[in-house]
Amino acid sequence: MKGIGVSPGISIGKAFVLKKHEAAIIGMLLKNDMEVSAETEKFNKAVDSSVAEIESIKTNEELILTDEDLAILETQIEFLSDPQLKEDVLEKISGEKKTANDALIDVMANLVELFRNMDDEYMRARAADVQDISDRILKHLNGSDQDLKKQFESNTIIIAEDIAPSDTITMDTRYITGFATQVGSRTSHAAIIARAKGIPAVVGCGDELGVIEDEDVIILDGVTGLVHINPDQATIDDYMARQDVYLKKTEQLKTLKNTPAVTTDGARIMLSANISGADDMDDVFENGGEGVGLLRTEMLFMNRDGFPSEEEQFKFYKQVVLKSKGKPVIVRTIDIGGDKQLSYFGLAVEQNPFLGYRAIRICLDRTDIFITQLKAILRAGVFGDLKIMFPMISNVEEVRAAKEVVAAAKKELTADGVAFNAEVQIGIMIEIPSAAITADILAKEVDFFSIGTNDLCQYTLAVDRMNEKITHLYDPFNPGVLRLISNVIEQGHKHHIYVGMCGEMAGEPTAALLLLGMGLKEFSMSASSVPSIKNIIINHSLSSAQDVCKKVMEMDSSQKIIAYLQSIS
Amino acid sequence: MITKEYIVKDPLGMHARPATSLVKLGKNFKSVINLRKGDKAVKINSLLNILSLTIKGGETVSVVIEGEDETEAAEAINLFFTEQLK
Repeated sequence: MKGIGVSPGISIGKAFVLKKHEAAIIGMLLKNDMEVSAETEKFNKAVDSSVAEIESIKTNEELILTDEDLAILETQIEFLSDPQLKEDVLEKISGEKKTANDALIDVMANLVELFRNMDDEYMRARAADVQDISDRILKHLNGSDQDLKKQFESNTIIIAEDIAPSDTITMDTRYITGFATQVGSRTSHAAIIARAKGIPAVVGCGDELGVIEDEDVIILDGVTGLVHINPDQATIDDYMARQDVYLKKTEQLKTLKNTPAVTTDGARIMLSANISGADDMDDVFENGGEGVGLLRTEMLFMNRDGFPSEEEQFKFYKQVVLKSKGKPVIVRTIDIGGDKQLSYFGLAVEQNPFLGYRAIRICLDRTDIFITQLKAILRAGVFGDLKIMFPMISNVEEVRAAKEVVAAAKKELTADGVAFNAEVQIGIMIEIPSAAITADILAKEVDFFSIGTNDLCQYTLAVDRMNEKITHLYDPFNPGVLRLISNVIEQGHKHHIYVGMCGEMAGEPTAALLLLGMGLKEFSMSASSVPSIKNIIINHSLSSAQDVCKKVMEMDSSQKIIAYLQSIS
Repeated sequence: MITKEYIVKDPLGMHARPATSLVKLGKNFKSVINLRKGDKAVKINSLLNILSLTIKGGETVSVVIEGEDETEAAEAINLFFTEQLK
């Protein structure tokens, strides 16, 4: 049987079939007003105790709830206390003289149907939330349930039609080694929770899953989506060996923490992380990151009433640099505008915000805002290795103008007698095609480049990243994008400046060898991706990566390129 | 009465989590707050109603606020759309 593997790993265990409380219509009609008010009260009470139950889950200290779990519970409370839901149910009780049980089943069936038919995968997945709260209220209306707070035997695999959010949260998952469901997708709760807890899971197996009974032996492959029911000993042995390999691999990745990222032929590569503040720093080192390739500064400007003062900004950068253990930290200057708006800084609604007044364009127009940030960064630079990076550069004039503002900031600090790092390195993001093509010109102006693949890809391919209809065109392996990236790295080498990458592509295992072969020196990604990229780098030579790169650059389509890169990884 | 249009930035659209925050936010104000997409409008006091609008990333919605504290409510709604829902 095959479903969709949504949480990697292999699990072998015994089935526990989650039985859904079957909702049944009673069909009896209410005779008089007294019965109507009794049923109304019954419904209200069931809702109240349902809410109370969730509140008690929220505050139960034995359950270790993540922020994600809490958000799910909050949503459930809002669903339960929804005025529209209440109005519809009470209308059926008083108008159609239905019992609370029947009225609720009616209303919920319509809602579940409504969500299931939505043309959006995420919204369809919400049918499960609606079903979940419906079941909960019904349980309180009628009493009785299967107790999920029970302790499972070790190596239990949960088999269910779907797993409701409240199920996964209340379940004691310590001994659960897998989930398999009939319905669902990558965005359903079962998938999200399984990934968060690191439990292998397969969803969308279809009705066939219904044949499984309690205590059946199950093998689940969370990558391929295969589910085996009562397999023979040879299959079990085979999967036990595979499970062993998988566990060893994850374990090994963890041990790479202190291993430097050096290729088998001795090329030293820098693996760093993209962060948003000092709090993210621990995670960087925990995963074996060696610095920060991108410190986003938007956090500093958002969720407030006005621009932060130089002092406030100085504290923010200083906190980061103090936690960086002397490793380099690249600070990207203000990148607002486009899809990131500030309530206190009125930006007009634009037809094409990604092509509009944003980032360095705002900074060079409003140098008062820009210089405040630059002064704060320069001052914090005294405490460690901070570098400044300008986003959205499209031509050399912008670089020169931005550097002039840096010079002005230094002059003001000198005049005020404040300590700052006069030697701070300055770089630019390469995310606009014109910048990638003229990398030879820009390289003469700066100390480093950092390739922002997300925007570079969007601008090069004329593909709006937010538009679902054209996501298939958003493709960093498009030969056009690859040629731009290759040119940037080559020109960087020619002019002896450092070239890194801070877009999603840097953390993509499929792209690692290709980028290494192109000569990329720094890969900056989300901290959790560092171990797997490091594993690729330490097991390959730079010269073999160069061969890979040569082959790829001769291919004519991303389809061939991706197929080739996957075949060698 | 205050009316304002927003483009929903979150690629997932108005999904369960932000919709929950929006319902909670609305409870802080006396004003009646309506959310409109196309020709369908709902009060923001109901999570189900908000979700039933199936607002996707990139779509335009308008918010209509009426009541004694509409200015404050409009400000809070503005913060929600510009900073939270992205």
